[in-house]
Amino acid sequence: MGATAMTSTNPAHLEYVLRLGDAALIHGQRLSEWCGQAPVLEEDLALANMALDFVGQARMLLSHAGTLEGKGRDEDTLAFLRHEGQYRNPTLCEMPNTDFAHTMIKGFLLGSFNLLMWSRLCGSSDKALAAIAAKSLKEARYHAEHTGDWVIRLGDGTEESHRRAQAALDMLWPYTNELFAANPTDDAAAAAGVGPAWSDLAEDWEKAVLPVLKHATLTVPARTPFQTYGKFGRHSEHLGHLLAVMQHLPRSFPGATW
Amino acid sequence: MLTEAQAWQALDAVEDPEIPVVSVTELGIVRDVILGEDGLRVVVTPTYSGCPATEMIAESIVDALKAAGAGKVSVETRLAPPWSTDWIAESAREKLRAYGIVPPQPALPDGAQVVRFMSRKLPCPRCRSSHTTRLSEFGSTACKSLYRCEDCREPFEYFKPI
Repeated sequence: MGATAMTSTNPAHLEYVLRLGDAALIHGQRLSEWCGQAPVLEEDLALANMALDFVGQARMLLSHAGTLEGKGRDEDTLAFLRHEGQYRNPTLCEMPNTDFAHTMIKGFLLGSFNLLMWSRLCGSSDKALAAIAAKSLKEARYHAEHTGDWVIRLGDGTEESHRRAQAALDMLWPYTNELFAANPTDDAAAAAGVGPAWSDLAEDWEKAVLPVLKHATLTVPARTPFQTYGKFGRHSEHLGHLLAVMQHLPRSFPGATW
Repeated sequence: MLTEAQAWQALDAVEDPEIPVVSVTELGIVRDVILGEDGLRVVVTPTYSGCPATEMIAESIVDALKAAGAGKVSVETRLAPPWSTDWIAESAREKLRAYGIVPPQPALPDGAQVVRFMSRKLPCPRCRSSHTTRLSEFGSTACKSLYRCEDCREPFEYFKPI
């Protein structure tokens, strides 16, 4: 992206892009853990393909973050050589995989958010980010469709699949509060036209998510004040373990190539 | 030294590693060829963000142009506007079908709603029956979904529109 290579003097801008990149990277890493373990071959392929999309988006976003920072850190440095407290993904992304229903519910809740997010980011004042958004939006449609279909199949499926889907929804729902939370970074980025104010997406997100959950015969949990702070750098106990796996090779063999 | 026309001609022979019947130019991913003082610059756009073939395609482009007599060659990525399956050349569609992949239908316009359980009744590329079922939204690569023909019982892939 040579033509758009410029550093940003606005630290909120960098932080904002880093959050987007980390969300894609950590969600992609969790999806990739399914590779070889999915309940059926078709889903193994689907999960791995979605993981690739997210890791690809993360590469573009982290490269862009590195350019904005202007200190010579590239996508690999940002992905592999930061510590837990330096990650800016929402906590929902790092929640460990349990069963297939859990992954589909999580993918659907996040995917529906991503669809709205990318469509708003297409109009970002940051042209490089707008280009990444236009690209990612096309992929997000397939993620939302695929996971949404599964939410309906599982929720409105057998007694067992319904029980698992409901348990996953009950467990993950409180973590969606964080998606719409903002601190001064988000406010500054929104004011500069870099991206939407997250609270603006809440209503449309519910409009997209609730009918599907209803169709799936799932009960939507009541909103609680439960709040997580992953995108502000305060994570659950799970992120460190994920990073240990993800970063093991580049930390053990710095600069390894193959 | 290659002319631009010769460079495009050389690129016509570079195949997609995953679908080795279609060239990178037919796929619509070569956006520009620029002949400059610093050599030949080829501008490509990725199909999917995480497509693992992207780097291999860039290498094949450099190899093909050098083999055709180009001096310095560089490949750069351009994201906007994002690649669409609508850019796949007409000439490639029959080749895809013959290879067992149903070519993409027109892409959804921006802002289009996702429709649940949208099972397209695609014609089987082998027996042409439209009695087919989608097995998965994702096939052997991110750009394809997996179908089965209920008449000839053969699985086949669909190049999904984006």
